[in-house]
Amino acid sequence: MSMADAASKGERMLDPMPAMNFARRWNWSWLGAAPFLLFCLTFLVAPVLYLVNGAFQNPAGTYTLDNIAALFSPNMLAAFSLSMRLSLFSAAIGSVFGLLLAYAVILGGLPSWVRPAFMTFSGVASNFAGIPLAFAFIATLGRLGLVTVVLRDVFGFNIYSAGFNLFSFWGLALTYLYFQLPLMLLIVTPAMDGLKAEWREAAEILGATRRQYWRMVALPVLAPSVLGCFLLLFANAFGTLVTVYALTGSRFGVVPIVLFQQIQGNVLYNPNLGYALAFGMVVIMAVSNILYLVLRNRAERWQK
Amino acid sequence: MKKGFPFASVMIAILAGAYFLIPLYATFQFSLQMVRGEWSLAAYRAVLGSNVFLATLSFSAIASFTAIVLGALIVVPTIYWVRLKLPRLRPLIEFLSLLPLIIPPVVLVFGYIRLFGSNSLLPLTTSDVGTNALLVVGYVVLSLPYMFRAVDNGMSVIDIATLTEAAESLGASRLRTIVSVIFPNVRSAIVSGAFLTFSISLGEFVLASLLNRPAFGPYLVQIGQDRAYEPAALAVMTFALTWACMLMMQIFATKKPGTRLLPRFRFRPAKEMPA
Amino acid sequence: MNFLRIAAIGKSFGQNHVVKDFSLDIDKGEFISFLGPSGCGKTTVLRMVAGFEAPSAGRILLDGADITGVPSRQRNIGMVFQAYALFPNMTVFDNVAFGLKVAGVAKSDIATRVDEMLRLINLEHLADRYPYQMSGGQQQRVALARALAPRPRVLLLDEPLSALDAKIRVSLREEIRAIQRKLGITTIFVTHDQEEALSISDRIVVMNGGRAEQIGAPSDIYNRPATRFVASFVGTLNMIEAEVLDPNGTVRIGETVVSLAEPIVHRGPGEKVSLALRPEAGAVDRAEHGDTSLPGTVVSTQFLGSVIRVKLDVAGHRMSFDRFNAPDSRLPNIGDPARLHFAARDLLVVQD
Repeated sequence: MSMADAASKGERMLDPMPAMNFARRWNWSWLGAAPFLLFCLTFLVAPVLYLVNGAFQNPAGTYTLDNIAALFSPNMLAAFSLSMRLSLFSAAIGSVFGLLLAYAVILGGLPSWVRPAFMTFSGVASNFAGIPLAFAFIATLGRLGLVTVVLRDVFGFNIYSAGFNLFSFWGLALTYLYFQLPLMLLIVTPAMDGLKAEWREAAEILGATRRQYWRMVALPVLAPSVLGCFLLLFANAFGTLVTVYALTGSRFGVVPIVLFQQIQGNVLYNPNLGYALAFGMVVIMAVSNILYLVLRNRAERWQK
Repeated sequence: MKKGFPFASVMIAILAGAYFLIPLYATFQFSLQMVRGEWSLAAYRAVLGSNVFLATLSFSAIASFTAIVLGALIVVPTIYWVRLKLPRLRPLIEFLSLLPLIIPPVVLVFGYIRLFGSNSLLPLTTSDVGTNALLVVGYVVLSLPYMFRAVDNGMSVIDIATLTEAAESLGASRLRTIVSVIFPNVRSAIVSGAFLTFSISLGEFVLASLLNRPAFGPYLVQIGQDRAYEPAALAVMTFALTWACMLMMQIFATKKPGTRLLPRFRFRPAKEMPA
Repeated sequence: MNFLRIAAIGKSFGQNHVVKDFSLDIDKGEFISFLGPSGCGKTTVLRMVAGFEAPSAGRILLDGADITGVPSRQRNIGMVFQAYALFPNMTVFDNVAFGLKVAGVAKSDIATRVDEMLRLINLEHLADRYPYQMSGGQQQRVALARALAPRPRVLLLDEPLSALDAKIRVSLREEIRAIQRKLGITTIFVTHDQEEALSISDRIVVMNGGRAEQIGAPSDIYNRPATRFVASFVGTLNMIEAEVLDPNGTVRIGETVVSLAEPIVHRGPGEKVSLALRPEAGAVDRAEHGDTSLPGTVVSTQFLGSVIRVKLDVAGHRMSFDRFNAPDSRLPNIGDPARLHFAARDLLVVQD
């Protein structure tokens, strides 16, 4: 109940986007920002608007909702569903394990060198996405990968005959975890640091058990940060295609891969459906990022 | 109260450490196995001896450097100017600079191909030079959020307005103020943003592949499909390079203006800054 | 019988002995202050009573039962922290209700008790606010209500006023004392501010270097400091050296022979002894004040509004004295000779 109250209050407290009240009289200093604005307009806003506009047109140029409707056709829905499931799942395990790791590293009473070691490594690993990451996992968990071979030869356990496949949903999720986990650790650390020792002591002396403290205080305080990170991880996984492509080629039909193929070979036979696909991606990315910003705003308010 | 041995924390840390380190070790070991029955650097030799490797890597390196320079030229004066003269424009600039985070690269390049195609006002994709330029522009856009944040943080540390007024009251022109006062003080922030840009664009695949450029990313994918051991060697080298980039970035990001890092940055005495 | 007994506790972190052989008996309903500079061990003693630190030696007994090894959540002690430590995700109501909730109190009883507590601190109209929406003083009152809601046997206050503005500090300390009297709750108050400790305590424990230097009522601590440390930490003090003529209480200050009210222990004739005089115990050039006088020279004068502070050089020692301002009062000139008048019984013999 208190969470819901806080949420509704929080939204009321958010500043509305400051109205862009452009200069009433002509002011030459606006010219200073012109190169940046022109650049963004040409190479960021216009291309996206072009696609969005195209998403609502048919090839003849008349406005229609057919392309948007076509996004709900079975094979488009399958691509979105696969993307969503993969992103949600990899974000979820990234969040859960990242949270556990952050707890262990920050509050777990480990030697003091452990934290900087993990933080530095995470700074690098969160940028170690894409093709080399796929190579590393092929060398680890591919059919001839080190872990696969050691498990088979030393422990007599063949993970591939047990149903594991690196080039499947689970294999991809495990690979994504390699950059999702460090990212979660990096983002949730400030929130974890923000948990004041006095809160735990206050809860303790008021009679709360450790479990009650985590359930009633620590987790609710962390919740906006963790949810925010979850959305960021989701968007991170949703927008990327390189790791999937390097591991599976075009066999794994997530949305970015479908769009990639459409651009390469026009497999949809309808560029406007491609625009709609791009539009759908942008909408999903925008929604998760905006929610992330809202949640982060709330988390920062508490951490004052 | 006395705490016992942090068993759960140790287990979590060990598991995570294993998850992080085993793939690195596995890749390294795999990269040494090219010659059957012995450890050798044959995979590395094969990669480094390949002309395609050198050609694509230098193409991507040049594209990345150009993107860094272009990005800095667009971002630094804008942030300076907005902080100094146009604070009301700040929300818009900030929004634009964060926008690439919600535009997936594949969508961005799709837009480029359609908007700058053969029958557009600006038909960049019809020539090699134009397509290369589009690739660089794409890298600038992809790294915009990171470059913006790095430089903006750098400028928020120093008091832009006061520094500018001080320089101008001493008779410096606006250009001279920027070149000899502002720039030295945000140099480490720019360098930090530059390394991030570099690590994003060097192995970038989607833009390079769809714009059909002979870049490092598509080369990596091709090797991954054709060869067994060279990809592992490439992964090890890329990881080492990422480490180097991140290390340099962190050094520059935490460096205070005025402290020297590399001899070649000594060309101008930096101004003493209040902490 | 003593309600809270702290028996010879000590605390060491490695080679660092933070608290040494500290003993204290507290009566039910008493308001005790731990006063001392930072690092004197006062907070560590409080945290051992709370159960956040385990004593390296000694025992703590509450109401006859040994609680030394009892976890804090089972001690039924209330605590207010320096930085409020309100739970940021909960409203004022939920913060105050927390202790009752985890104790499994029925919902309707919780509501009644929370209302009662919020009325006690005069914040019943802010029950739905979140901590970040309130001022520091309001937050600290809520923290007090939260600590008191589960009817603790002892209330611990760990520098609760130090994060607040000067004005709020004074009003809140009066409020804390009034609430403590009303509830009759045994309270330990940790502070480094001597004025705070003097104004609200039944007894004060002055701590230094992990030990209790002196335990006594505020007036005792102020008027009869047992050690030089207490004398200098509590209030301002003028120190002057004298030569012992007779250990039964006769000394010589400069050229003047003075008879003290008490004998001098540990010093023989011809040895030096430190004497102390509070600024308010002496008067400059006003003979009706006291039975003794010493010659001196005016070194400086400061006009402080209601008070004029005159610094004298007396027998080579700088001493400062206050006198009330009056519309016709005249500031003495620097370099003027002046006589310092005081009562010999106000001179304190200070042990080094």
